[in-house]
Amino acid sequence: MLNVTNLSFSVTVDGKRRDIIRQVDLTVPDGKLVVITGPNGSGKSTLAKLIAGIETPTAGRVIFNGEDVTALPIHERARRGIAFAFQQPVRFKGIRVLDLIRIATGKSLSAADACEYLSAVGLCAREYIDREVNASLSGGELKRIEIATVLARGAGLSIFDEPEAGIDLWSFQNLIAVFQKMRANIQNSSILVISHQERILNIADEIVVLKDGAIDRQGPRQAILPTLTGTMDLGCHKQMNAQGGCAGC
Amino acid sequence: MLKLDEIQKRLLREVADLHQVPEGAYNIRSNGQSAGRQSTANIEITSKTDVSGLEVRIKPFTKNESVHIPVVMTESGMKEVVYNDFYVGEGADVVIVAGCGIDNCGNQDSQHDGIHRFFVGKNAKLKYVEKHYGSGEGSGKRILNPGTEVYQEKGSTVEMEMVQIKGVDDTKRTTTARLAAGAKLLVRERLMTHGEQNAVSTYVVTLDGPDASADVVSRSVARDKSFQKFDAKIVGNAPCHGHTECDSIIMDEGRILAVPGLEANHVDAALVHEAAIGKIAGEQIVKLMTLGLTEQEAEEQIINGFLQ
Repeated sequence: MLNVTNLSFSVTVDGKRRDIIRQVDLTVPDGKLVVITGPNGSGKSTLAKLIAGIETPTAGRVIFNGEDVTALPIHERARRGIAFAFQQPVRFKGIRVLDLIRIATGKSLSAADACEYLSAVGLCAREYIDREVNASLSGGELKRIEIATVLARGAGLSIFDEPEAGIDLWSFQNLIAVFQKMRANIQNSSILVISHQERILNIADEIVVLKDGAIDRQGPRQAILPTLTGTMDLGCHKQMNAQGGCAGC
Repeated sequence: MLKLDEIQKRLLREVADLHQVPEGAYNIRSNGQSAGRQSTANIEITSKTDVSGLEVRIKPFTKNESVHIPVVMTESGMKEVVYNDFYVGEGADVVIVAGCGIDNCGNQDSQHDGIHRFFVGKNAKLKYVEKHYGSGEGSGKRILNPGTEVYQEKGSTVEMEMVQIKGVDDTKRTTTARLAAGAKLLVRERLMTHGEQNAVSTYVVTLDGPDASADVVSRSVARDKSFQKFDAKIVGNAPCHGHTECDSIIMDEGRILAVPGLEANHVDAALVHEAAIGKIAGEQIVKLMTLGLTEQEAEEQIINGFLQ
């Protein structure tokens, strides 16, 4: 269970203070899939990074499973069970897919066991397990490997920052299936997804709408989703269908 | 024969992955003396008579055999130059594992200069692995200056893997190669320097025959106050393909000079060079930290992967 209280984050640009996240209160209960949505620049990704420890808040607290983790560095939060899938996955020369999955599990996993995580994201494991996580992989392949590393963490809280960004329509449909499967198997853990995608919002238990760095509204999907129809998601959805990709997001 | 102490055995493990006497042909040189040698029906190892060194003759069409010629030095202040010649017969397919490990606990410099010449016959295939390693707490330097000359006949393939990861204070590596028609050369160099180490690696690869090709790739890491120079030149004298690449990570106060060079003397010589030097990307460290590694563990993981 994640509790964020009064969380704020500001930066100083050209001598002027700019508030990116403003006094956010948020709870992600165990067993739930929560989606944070909102227009571009509303602070969604920054909020996710503050929870994972990648950015340091100006004020407020992040409580994970009852422990105040606000002052803990990224790896300490990771070890306590917070996993993070990047919007733009990082490439590494010389580090293989298998290496990343092994690091994620913290075990010297056999290649066969590591393959299960790749199969779960729809990659033919045998083809990918020994490949380097470098520029030879496409954006969609990288994205799926990124999600596989988060699955491999078996974390208490899995955060996905715009999992749909940069992947093709075919991969996107598989991605929804991956989230549905994850959703079916969370009892003592939770999932937090940053997304504008209607189809991801459709599988949420709860939706949080962020606007100008503050929570505009939040609640069960049934209550929030109808209020979003006709706004940013639909536009994005049309673009996706027409182009086979979500370039505008 | 083959009486090695624990330090010598450790050096052998580092440079040749040897835990015991190797299979196939071998010569183990320890502190300037031969500590063991074996020839086989197809591979003959003899000592040179004029200078210090070996002649290794591999019969034509010898397949799937290996030659190990590791060198270990544990006496401080020792300096030696060794000339080894390898004749790989037509159509042979063999692996040669060389390597030098120096443990210097004293205050005098220890130096091994290995001059290796390879004469690779028509359509022969050679894989050459060379590892360098230094250890010991003494103030004396550990110096290795390998010189490698490769002469490739028509249709031959040479794959060279050169590794120097730890402990060598000063190295000047010079590699030259001449390739006849259809010959192929692949070089993979991995280098890490630290402390105040100095490493200079120079390549001149000449593609003389039509369809000859060369791919020279160096990956290196310069840490602390170390310095590296990578100077790779490919000369195309015929319709040929050449590619050289230097990819480096720089850390601390390290310095790297990359000097890629191409010389095309034929209109159909296709030559390409690439060079990139940069520090570890912050986002790579962050990604590995989100998987539970500390910053230092993440850095080590990235370097290990890069040099793999």
